[in-house]
Amino acid sequence: MSQVQTEVSVDIALKLGLTEEEFEMVKCKLGRMPNFTELSIFSVMWSEHCSYKNSIFWLKTLPREGKHLLVSAGEENAGLVDIGQGLACAFKIESHNHPSAIEPYQGAATGVGGIHRDIFTMGARPIAALNSLRFGDPQRPHMRHLIKGVVKGIGDYGNCFGVPTVGGEVYFDPCYNQNILVNAMSVGIVEVGKTVPARADGPGNPVFIVGARTGRDGIHGATFASADLTEDSAKDLPSVQVGDPFQEKLLLEASLEAIGTGAIVGMQDMGAAGITCSTSEMSAKSGTGMRIYLDKVPTREPDMKPFEILLSESQERMLVVAQRGQEEALMRVFEKWDLECAEIGEVTDTGRLEYYMHGELVADVPAHELVLGGGAPVYQREYTKPEYFRKISKFNPHKIDVPTDFKEVAWKLFHSPNIVSKRWVYEQYDSMVRINTLTTNKPSDAAVVRIKGTDKALVMTTDCNSNYVFADPYKGTMIAVAEAARNIVCSGGKPLAVTNCLNFGNPYNPEVYWQFVFAIKGMGDACKQFQTPVTGGNVSFYNQTVGKDGVEPVHPTPTIGMVGLLEEIKWHMTLDFKKPNDSIFLLGNVTNDIACSEYLRLIHGVHFSPAPQFNLLEEYELQQLVNKLIRKGLIQSAHDVSEGGLFVSLMESAMIRSLGFDIETVEAFRKDAFLFGESQGRVVVSVNPEVEDTLLAFLSREHVSFVRLGEVTTGQLIVDGEDFGHVSAWKQVYEHHLNEVLN
Amino acid sequence: MKFGVVVFPGSNCDDDMVHVLGTVMGCEVKKLWHKDTDLGNLSTQDCIVLPGGFSYGDYLRAGAIARFSPIMQSVINFAKAGGYVWGICNGFQILCEAGLLPGILLPNEQQKFICKNVWIRIESLQSPLTATLSAGEALKIPIAHAEGRYYADKATIDQLEVNGQILFRYCDANGHITPQSNPNGSLHHIAGICNANRNVVGMMPHPERCAEEILGNTDGRKLFKSLLATTRLTV
Repeated sequence: MSQVQTEVSVDIALKLGLTEEEFEMVKCKLGRMPNFTELSIFSVMWSEHCSYKNSIFWLKTLPREGKHLLVSAGEENAGLVDIGQGLACAFKIESHNHPSAIEPYQGAATGVGGIHRDIFTMGARPIAALNSLRFGDPQRPHMRHLIKGVVKGIGDYGNCFGVPTVGGEVYFDPCYNQNILVNAMSVGIVEVGKTVPARADGPGNPVFIVGARTGRDGIHGATFASADLTEDSAKDLPSVQVGDPFQEKLLLEASLEAIGTGAIVGMQDMGAAGITCSTSEMSAKSGTGMRIYLDKVPTREPDMKPFEILLSESQERMLVVAQRGQEEALMRVFEKWDLECAEIGEVTDTGRLEYYMHGELVADVPAHELVLGGGAPVYQREYTKPEYFRKISKFNPHKIDVPTDFKEVAWKLFHSPNIVSKRWVYEQYDSMVRINTLTTNKPSDAAVVRIKGTDKALVMTTDCNSNYVFADPYKGTMIAVAEAARNIVCSGGKPLAVTNCLNFGNPYNPEVYWQFVFAIKGMGDACKQFQTPVTGGNVSFYNQTVGKDGVEPVHPTPTIGMVGLLEEIKWHMTLDFKKPNDSIFLLGNVTNDIACSEYLRLIHGVHFSPAPQFNLLEEYELQQLVNKLIRKGLIQSAHDVSEGGLFVSLMESAMIRSLGFDIETVEAFRKDAFLFGESQGRVVVSVNPEVEDTLLAFLSREHVSFVRLGEVTTGQLIVDGEDFGHVSAWKQVYEHHLNEVLN
Repeated sequence: MKFGVVVFPGSNCDDDMVHVLGTVMGCEVKKLWHKDTDLGNLSTQDCIVLPGGFSYGDYLRAGAIARFSPIMQSVINFAKAGGYVWGICNGFQILCEAGLLPGILLPNEQQKFICKNVWIRIESLQSPLTATLSAGEALKIPIAHAEGRYYADKATIDQLEVNGQILFRYCDANGHITPQSNPNGSLHHIAGICNANRNVVGMMPHPERCAEEILGNTDGRKLFKSLLATTRLTV
C-alpha cells in the first residue's frame, strides 16, 4: 500500500473523539478493522456536531409540522417556508462558539460564511443576516479583545459578501467569560419549486467540487466543536478555519447562476467535516454511493494526505452533483466567476463511499452508517434536577428593599451594557445593502425587510434571555419563543416559523442535560401555542470552561431565531413615540415581580431568583390584541417590555425622536417592580388622543388588562411627578456608554 | 439619459443601483461586466455608474485592482471623451485609484467600518448631481465604508476648494460643519467631489439607499433627479 496509514487502535479512536463503544460499533458496521482514514471519517461524522447523537431524541419531540412548511425539519440544509406569491423563505441559525473563543475574528467570520452557504446551497439568495452574541465581562481586557474581534469578523465578512446584518442581540454575563457564544442566522428568498436538494440522485452523474481550494485548515474542527473548551484549547488553533468573503460572494453568484442552467441535480455546502460530510449526507439521502478521486481535488498545498483532504474544513466550497452530459454548462458558469470547478468522482448505486488516491482505494465506508438518521449512534442521556435550583427557590422578594431614589436607580440601570444601545456593535455592520431594510428609518421591535416586487416584508428576530433559562429552563425557553413572537407581532408581522441554536454545557453532565431537556419541552409547548414549527437549527454542547477550579457551564442559551410575515407593508408598526401629548398605555398584566431582572442583579446583586412571571395563554392573547390594534390603525407605536422593565421600554420609545414622557405608576404595586420588573406579556403603545376613546371602547371588549400610564412630552421625563431630567442627557449615556466601556 | 452600471465580481450595490435607476426612476439601465470592454450603445450623453461593494475583494486597498480591469479602460476613455461617470463608495475609491479624480480614500479615523445615516451639505451646484438642488441644503444619506477618509495634498485640496469641485461635505442635521459631524476624519469634511470638467463625480454616501418612500428617506432621490434634469451641463 503506497498510502501509508497510521495503525488503528482504541487509543487512536479515543484521541479522535470516539468512545470505546463507538469504536466497537465502527468495527461491527464495517465487519472489519477500519483503517485510519475510515476511522477519521467515522469520528467526524459521529461527532456531536455532525450526528446530533445526544440531542436528536429530544429534538424530534419539537413541533415540526405546519401548513407553511415546504420541507420537513432536518431534510434540507435549512428550513423553507411558503410566504405566498410563489416565493419561499429559507432560513437557519448556527453557532460558531468554540472557534470564536479561540480566534474571534476568523471564528465569527466563518460562522457568518457558513450559515449563508446553508441558504444559497438550496438555491435561495440570502437577503438578511442576524446574529446573537453572548460575551463575558467587558471590563476584562481579554474579553474586549474577543468582542472587537467577533464584531469585526462578522462585519468584514457580511459587509463584503453584501448581505445586510439587520438585527440580533448582544448580552454580557460573567458566565461567558471563557466561552463566548456566536450564533449567526441567515434568511434567504427563493421561488417555490426552484430549490436545489442536498441529494446525490442518479448513479453515473458526475460529482464536482467548486469554489475555493482545499487546504489544511479546520481539520477535525467538528471534533473540536464537540469537546470541552480547556486551557489547552488555544493549541487547537489549526482547527479554526479562515474565511474569504470575496470568494463566498463569487460562490454565491456562480451557484445561483449555475442552478439556473438546470445542470445541477443536487448541491451541499462544505462546512463541518468538509468533503466527508457532504458526500456521505448527499449519498445517504438518495440511497446512492459515490466514488471520489481525492487526487482530483484542487488543493492549496502539496502532499495532502487522504484524511486531510477528506476532513479539511476549508471554507467557500460546495459539492455539486450535475446531470451527466451537462457538465459544460456548469463549468462555463464557474469559469465566468473565476472559480475552481473540478470533477472529482461520480454517483454510484452501491450505497458506499469509495475514496481513491492515485488509483488506490484508501477508504470504503457505507454512507448510510455514517449519518444522522442512519447508523450514527443516538443516545438518551441521564438528567437530574440541578442543585442550584435550591438557591433559586430560597429567593424572597420581601427581603429586597424598595429603593427610595428611583431616578438614581434608573440612571445606574442606564449604565448596564445589557441595557444601553449596541450601536458600537451594529454600526460596524452594513445593515442597508440590498436596500430592503425598512427598519433603518422606521425602527421596530423586529427587523423588517421588504421583498421587492411584492407588498410584503419579512420580519425577523433572535431572542433569548439566558438568565431566565438558567432560572427555569422550561419557562425561560417558553419566554424566548414568546418574546420572539412578541417582537414580530409588535412590528406588525405574523410569526411563521422558528430556527433554534441550542447552546448548552456538556451533555454528559446530568444537570446540564436537565437544562437541555426542559428547554426543549418549553420550546415545544410555546411553538405549538404560537403555531411556529421548528424548521431546524443547530445544537452546540460543551460550552463550558474546564479550569483549575472545576467545570463551569455557560447559562443554557437556546437562542430562538424567528421569521414572520408582514402581509402588507402598510401594517408595519414602529416602536418610537411620534409626538407630544400622545397617550401612553401599558397592555398586559402588571405584577409585583422583580425576579430575574437586570435591576435585581445590578442594583441588589441577587443572581439567583426564579424566572419572571409568564403565562403562555395570556401572552398569546396579548399578541392577538396587538395585532388587531395595528390593523385597526388605533396605535402610533408598539414596543414590548423586556430587559430593564417598563422604564427602559418607555425610554427606548422616547429617545428615537428625543421626546419624553410623563407617567404615573400604580400604587398597588411595588414601584421597583412596576418600573424595572421584567414580568412578561406586556407591551407599551402610544395613541393619538383623538382616537383614545375608540381605543378604550375596543379594549373594554377584550380580555387583556391595560393601564393608561400618561402622555408623551416634548423631552422632559416625569415619573409620579418627579422630574427625571431631559431625555437628551439619558440619550447621551444610552448611545455612547458601550463605546466608553469597550475603549 | 441611459445608464450603464459596472459589475465587478465583488460589487454588491450594483443591483441596488439598477433597481433605483430602472424601477424607481424609470431609466434605461444595463449592467457592464468587468471583463468586457464594450460599452454598447452608451454615448457621452449617458452615464456610467461605478457602484459600491468590494470590487475584487479589496484586501490590498479598496479599488487598487479594479482600476486595471478591462472595463475600466473603457470607462477612462468614456470619461475623457466627456461622458458622465458617477462613482459611489467603492466606485469613488476606484475613480481615485484610476486617476479620474484627485486624492485618495484612507481607512476611517476610527479604523472601523461605519454604517449609519449621516448628513451632507450641498457645496456646489456646478455638477450634474447637484445642479437642481440648493446650496447649503443638508441631505440625510447613509454611509457604509471602512475606507472613506478623503485625503489629498494641500495644493490639490486648495484647487478643489477654489474650483468649487467639492460637492458634498459632512455636516450636522442643520447643515453646520462641526467636528462631531465628520464620521471618518475626511479632510475638509469632504464627502464627494467632481473633476475639473465636472463630468466625473465621486461620493462616499449611498444615495441609492434613500431614494424610495417606503424606506423612510428620499433625500437621495434628489441627486438622481438632478442628474436626469441635467442632460447637458452648463458651467
